[in-house]
Formats: sequence, structure tokens, C-alpha cells
Amino acid sequence: MALDSGKPKFKYIGTRPNRPDGLDKVTGRARYGADISAPGMLHGAILRSPHAHAKILKIDASKALALKGVKAVVTRADFADGLSGEDWNIQENCMAGEKALYDGHAVAAVAATSALIARDAIKLIDVDYEPLPHVTDVDAAMAEGAPVIRDGAADYSVPEGLHPNVVRYFESGRGDLDEGFAKADLVLKRHYTTEAAHQGYIEPHACLAQLGADGKGELWCCTQGHWYVRQMCAAALGLEVSQLKVTPSEIGGGFGGKTTVFIDPVALALSRKAGGKPVKLVMSRSEVLRATGPTASASMDIKMGMTKDGKITAASGTYRMQGGAFPGAPVDETTVLAFANYNIEHVHHVGYDVMSNRPKQAAYRAPGAPMAAFGTESIIDEMATQLGLDPLEIRLKNAVKEGVRATYGPKFPAVGLIETLEAAQSHDNYAVPLGPNQGRGVASGFWLNWGGDTSASVAISEDGTVAVTVGTPDIGGSRASMALMAAEAFGIPYENVRVHIGDTASLGINEPTHGSRATYASGLAVIQSAKECIQKLSKRAAEAWGIDPDAVIWEDGFARPSGPNAGEFEPMSIAEIAGNMSSSGGPISGHFEASPETYGGSFGTHVVDVEVDPETGRTTVLRYLVVQDAGKAIHPSYVEGQFQGGAAQGIGWALNEEYIYGEDGRLQNPIFLDYRVPVASDLPMIDTVIVEVPNPGHPYGVRGVGETGITPPLPAIANAIAAATGVRFTKLPLTPPRVLAGIKAAKNA
Amino acid sequence: MPEIHLWSGLRHLAGGEEIVAVEGNTIGQMLDALVAKHPRLEPAIKAGVSVAVDGQIKPNNRASKVSEESEIFLLQKLRGG
Amino acid sequence: MSKHHVSATVNGDPVEYLCDPRETLLDCLRDHLGVMGVKEGCGTGDCGACSVTVDGRLVCSCLVLGVEAEGAEIGTVEGMGTEGNLHVLQEKFIEHAALQCGICTPGILVAAEALLKKNPDPSETELRYWLAGNLCRCTGYDKIIRAVMDAAADMREAS
Repeated sequence: MALDSGKPKFKYIGTRPNRPDGLDKVTGRARYGADISAPGMLHGAILRSPHAHAKILKIDASKALALKGVKAVVTRADFADGLSGEDWNIQENCMAGEKALYDGHAVAAVAATSALIARDAIKLIDVDYEPLPHVTDVDAAMAEGAPVIRDGAADYSVPEGLHPNVVRYFESGRGDLDEGFAKADLVLKRHYTTEAAHQGYIEPHACLAQLGADGKGELWCCTQGHWYVRQMCAAALGLEVSQLKVTPSEIGGGFGGKTTVFIDPVALALSRKAGGKPVKLVMSRSEVLRATGPTASASMDIKMGMTKDGKITAASGTYRMQGGAFPGAPVDETTVLAFANYNIEHVHHVGYDVMSNRPKQAAYRAPGAPMAAFGTESIIDEMATQLGLDPLEIRLKNAVKEGVRATYGPKFPAVGLIETLEAAQSHDNYAVPLGPNQGRGVASGFWLNWGGDTSASVAISEDGTVAVTVGTPDIGGSRASMALMAAEAFGIPYENVRVHIGDTASLGINEPTHGSRATYASGLAVIQSAKECIQKLSKRAAEAWGIDPDAVIWEDGFARPSGPNAGEFEPMSIAEIAGNMSSSGGPISGHFEASPETYGGSFGTHVVDVEVDPETGRTTVLRYLVVQDAGKAIHPSYVEGQFQGGAAQGIGWALNEEYIYGEDGRLQNPIFLDYRVPVASDLPMIDTVIVEVPNPGHPYGVRGVGETGITPPLPAIANAIAAATGVRFTKLPLTPPRVLAGIKAAKNA
Repeated sequence: MPEIHLWSGLRHLAGGEEIVAVEGNTIGQMLDALVAKHPRLEPAIKAGVSVAVDGQIKPNNRASKVSEESEIFLLQKLRGG
Repeated sequence: MSKHHVSATVNGDPVEYLCDPRETLLDCLRDHLGVMGVKEGCGTGDCGACSVTVDGRLVCSCLVLGVEAEGAEIGTVEGMGTEGNLHVLQEKFIEHAALQCGICTPGILVAAEALLKKNPDPSETELRYWLAGNLCRCTGYDKIIRAVMDAAADMREAS
């Protein structure tokens, strides 16, 4: 077989065909979470706590139930008992038990014959609350005397003497910090903070659920991972997992925020209580912002030592991260990745996962990495400035490469950080002259990527076309990359492949489209499934020719005798073999079920130029460059799209986006007008360079590319603003008032 | 015997050892042997760890083979995003 | 609560619906008329996913009441082009990979078409400010801007 032999020359990989679902998505007929209905369907609505922290003394739904059209009310009593660990956390987050833990926490829900009646009905539910003291700041939540969110939530890792809100503790490192700092010519120590930012997908969570008293159910929902949804819902409701079938809709963005559940178990509970009628439940934007996962906020202390020629001698970081009212802030990733770009002998990390009265954090694109990068890449930049060194040179001097021992322990396989730094250095953007009030910032970032449970199937149709079924929802064009990889493997036209996202009944378990894994892991699964098909197809040809299957090769969609010794036969096309499938042994298909582990990490380097208005403090992004290692870009347009989208989200996090809580513990900005994500007029074109250092662990060299792009922008923007203003900012976001205040303070100093 | 490198947060649960030599031909056997040697590590291993074998992180595969020469690091449990 | 009878035109076809006075045009299009290309991203006029034209004017249909549409001509993405006869903007969005998840795409297409009707030759800055009411979280707008500029150029050439 031609696969994997020698240096791959690609016919389809690396081209830019139209995506298979393009027509559906430009004509409005693609069906997202809220776009489907069922006969006899009810509409749900959720009552949410107005308090940041309160005991729920009593819930009286009698008036709501008396309203005509109301068919069911559910509270926590309608969910399964006896859960523990993350199952309990998710259930408690979907529907409060004894306490409301944050502003917006669900306390009851209604199903009614119309959405308007459901919304009216939740106002008729009387809840007696006993408000409790609250805390919504990470440093305050760790301090002595802070209100305890949930006693006993801490795990084995937390040393004695810490506040009960500290629920996980991490410490890692190597070498001897004192020795490392002693070798430095310059040692700098800084405190940095980042605020919680929301994933900001444009499609609010939505689902259509049906669950009978027999424990059998069906769920349609927008999700990054429907097997996760199935498991989480089954646990929350006490169902057998296989009795629930989950079908993913098209998904209107997720960025990590749709790898968990918020409303799906509630809709299922409502359906079960309403006698098995289907229930549609759709969140409003303010519900999304108040009650679904933003990422964690971070408070960090970073210390770094450097020689005067720019070699990092030692680094340490302490990371306090606030993941809301449950354990799970991504401080494990933060500590692992904090200094992972660099070859540092003496390094130490300490991390605290801290609970507070905020919504349960959810994964957000490279969870934990952007905060870490903000600290590390800011302090390196400040040291470069003080030492008069070029910021790219200083990174090149310390950059990791194959064989270097990572700060988290093992040695790196082939990685592309140096290649991205060199490509940034030689890019035109790095040489554009800057004007007054303008500054250039650079930063690098890293994400490890992920493999995870993966199932796929590839089936040959009667006419020789190919049906591919994967379990990773297509969130940004992955159907196109799956079809390209299948076309390449079979040697048949891209158009002859149709890619389906299977429901939970059609494949083995799959992890979500997360961890930058879809194109890597589902892609690998498709290629391996195609290989199995090709083996079977070749065998059918061999049998027809009466020769040994080993004497058949597969090339460009045809079975051929491998050479003159194999015999003289006309090549047999995939269509010909498929046409005779039924009379030559039956169906032909291939499968893959495994957890691929050969994912390669992806490094990126960003260069940004900004102009800061000294009168208003407003930052304008003048030009932006993303350079990132894709291993091998399957569909370069969608790789560029991931780079650009990640950069835009990072720019928003750096400049505008933040969760603002009032003294009352309530979220002050739960609409898009006030939670301001970047709009078209905020951004320039985002230039991209795709670096390709092949991942040896993938047949075509693919590395995941989805997440790394959000990691460098936070420090890159802050570094550019420092260059433009001469003022070093250590607290995000860099809103005009904050930047203006910083400029003024520096003038007065 | 293969040697397991512990991240520093685990060392106080392993009597201060940074590197622990244990018997085992697979990740699973090795982790079981590690817990047998240092029972205080059990909750950490149960909560989930990532294991890097010769630079390749193997998040959840207890059956993965390891050899005497393998370089093995335990890492905090890593997740996707 | 009594409902109001509304007669209007959607993408050139006459329609009638009964609506609660609290329902928005967005609710009516989706829930009563099955026009599902119109999306709700915020319900407060901040994201533009529900962009439609009412008598030729670009609006957020979540900020218009259903009862206000009496006698109006409403245009949605479903009226822009048909399979085999797509609008140039729709073709260019596919060609330039100007969508990732696609949820904002219908609103952006409607908004871009409304701009090009008023101004067939917008500058990049004019286009960026016109589309500032349409949020896209996936693309960083780069490919969207390129697709619209390319479509505008083709449309000018064709006219």
C-alpha cells in the first residue's frame, strides 16, 4: 500500500476545497441546537438565584403549577441521589441543592405549552433564601475569614493550614532556585492578574429532550462532545448510559464551553416529569454569561533570573486560580505549561485551585495556558527591555527543541518553536517602522494537544463512494479535513467522500472536539479505517484475479497487480470492486477504536503592533501576525482560520473582556453590550504563517492547531502597549480607563 | 527496574523520594507497585495522573508497555480544552 | 392573552401569523413561520445573528415586535439565493472559508448584502464599521472581510 511509504507527496492534503457543509451554512438551512422541534413539544425555562450565596430554605411551586399550560416543575429533588466527585459537581451546577452558590445558579425549572407561559411560570415560583456572605475574588477567597463555599471539597493534595476554599494544590519543578537566581545578572519579580473571560460562542446552549418513565431517552443538543453529554446526563438522572441517545446538532461555537452540560439534564428531568413529552430548552445570553463556564481568573507571582546576554537561569511562579463554586480551575495545565517554552534548569511552580461564588468554570481554548503565558512572556519582555535585548532573540536563545528536557519532566520530541520564532523574525511585519505612540509586542505560546477516546467508521457504498462517520462535532470545518484525509488515503476525489457526525448509538465512545484533537485523532481514525477498507478492497481484487492478496497494491483508487510477477490484470477501480461487493463476500467497511497517544504539541509566536491614544488610553491594533506549527496543514484555510480566531479571542481577553462583579456578588455585565467581545472594526487583518514541522506520530504529520493561538495574544498585546507607552501593565484587561490611569500615574511619578 | 520520576508535589507522599524504582512491564503494573511502596500516593494516582514514557504523554493507558530503559515521568492529569 | 393577526411578506412570499404582543419578529419568524436561518445570539440587539431587512432596512429582528411587521416586506438569508443560484456573497463565503461554526453567517450575509446595495464599493474600514454589529467569535473577521470585498468586486464587474 502506498500509505506511509517514503516521503508523502499529497494529491488532496494541503488543497483548499469548499467545505462539504458550506451550502447548508450559507443558506440558513443548517440545523443548530435551537432549530428543531418535535410534535407535542413543551418549552422549558429555568429560575435562577439572584443571590451570590444563599441557603435555599423552601421552594413553593404551587402557584406556577396552577398556571394553565404548565405541565411540570422540577427542583433538585427530581434528580438522582448519591452522586460523588465530578458527577455531583455537574449535577449540583445544573440544579442547586441546599445552597445557591453564585448569581444565576439554577434553583427550579418549568415546562409549559409555550415559551411565554414557561417564562411567566418561573416568576410564580416562591423561593425562600437565607443570604450568606459571599466572595468573588480569588485572593479574598483564600484569605482568613473568607466565606466557605463548601467545607470538605479539598482533595488529598492540599496541605494543612490553607483555607477550605483551596481545593487542589500543585507543586512541581526541578533544580535549585537559589543557585539559579545567584547565576543571574538580573532578577525580576512581578505580580500579574487576568480576569475571567467567557468563551463567547454566539449560539446559546439549546436542546430538545425526551425521557420516559422507562428510563429511555433521546436528546438533541449543541455540544462539542455528545458522549460526554450522555454520560453526564445519565449520571445526573440515574439512567443507564446506553438508554440515552444523544444526537449533536450543528454547533454554533464552543471553544471548550460546550464540553460539559448545563441545561440538558434539566430538560430531560422536565420531560420525565411531564409524562415523557419532549421539552425544548434554550438559554438566553444573560443565562449563558451568568451560569455557564467562563474560564478561571488568575492571580500570579512570577520571578525570573537572566544573565545579561539573555539566558534564563531560573524561574518560579505561584498561580492562584478561581474556578467558581466548584473544583476545576485549570491550574494543573497552568503550572505544567508556565515555562514550557524554555530550557530552564532551575524552575518551580506552585498552584492553587480556589473556589468562590462564581459560576463553575469550563474549559476555554488552551485552558490555563493564556494566563501562564501572560506572566512568563510579560516578565521576559520586561527583562529584555531592561537588558537592551531583542525580544525574539532572547526567546531563540532559550527556546526548547527536540531532545531538550521540558520544565514538566520528559524530553521534547520534534517541536517547532524555533521555526516559528525564525519565521516571525524574517516576516515583513517585524520590520515595519513604527510611529509615535506605537509599539510592537511579541510573545510565544504552547499547547500540548490531546488524543483521547476516538471511534470512527468508514463504509464503502455500492457505487464506490465513501461514507465516513466520526464522533467529533464539526465546529470549524473538520468535515473538510476528514474528507481530504479519506480522499488522500483512498486516492479518490474529495467529492466522493461524505462525512457524517455520528450520534451516540452509531459509534463507540468518543471524547469531544476538544484539546485540538479532532483533526489529529478523528483524522488518524479515518485514515486507519480507510486502510482497513483498502486491505479488504485489495483482497477482493486478488480473489477475482486468483492471486495472492499481498501481490495487490492500491494506487489512486485502483487495485493493481504489484508487478509483472503478480500477473497481467487490468487495474480494478474502487467502484468496480464496490459494485460487486455483495456477490464477492459482502459489505466492506473499516473501523478504528482507540485512544491515540502520538499527538504532538503546537508552538506559536505572535507579533503585534498597536497604537495607544495618550488622550483616551484606547488601544488600536494596527497589524497582527500569527506564526504557528501545524505539523501538516490538511486544509490550510481552516488552519489559518484557527490561528486568526484564537488571536482575536486573545485580543479580546487582553483588551476588553472581563467578568465584573458588584459588591452584591452579582454579575454586572451579563449582555454582549457590556461583555464586549471584539467586533470587526476593532481588528485589522490577521496575517498568518503556517510552519510545518511534521508530527512523527500522525500518518500525514498533523498537529492539532485549535488552541495554541489564544495563548500568546495576552502578553503580546501587553508587551506592545508597554513599548508604545513606556508603562508596564500587569493587570488585564487593558481597557482605555486602565491604560489612561497607568499613563497618568507614570507621568506624575 | 524502571524508575518513575515524581513531580515535586508528590514527593512528600513518597517519603521525599524524587525517583522511585518499581517492578512492572506496563504503566498499570508500575503504578500499582508505586502505590504498594508508598500507600500515601494512592489518592493522587486514583485522582488521575498523566504518565510520560520517553517523552510521549500517555494519559490513560495502563496497558502501555514500559521497559528498564524507559524514562518515566508522572505529570498532573492533563485535559483537553 | 389574545393574539394579533399579522400579514406580511417574507422573501417575496405572502405570510400570515398570530402573535403574542410580547413576541419579537425573530420569535415569529422562527416559531410561527419556520424561518430558521434567523438566529438568536443575544436577544438584545448586540450580536446581529438575527439580522433581517424590513422594507429594505437592515434591522435586528430581536428588537422588532412581531406585530410591527404588519404589511412589511421582510428579507432573510433564505431569500438571498437558492441552491444552484447562490448570491455572490454566499459563494464567496464558502470559497474564502469565511465561516467556521456558521451561526453568525446568515446575519452577516444579510448585513453585507444590505451594505453593498447602498455602497457597492466600500473601503475595508467602511465594511468593518458596517459589520461591527455582527459578532463572529470564530474567525477574527479576516476571511469575512476578504469574502465581502471580493464579492463586491465581482458584483461591480458584473453590473
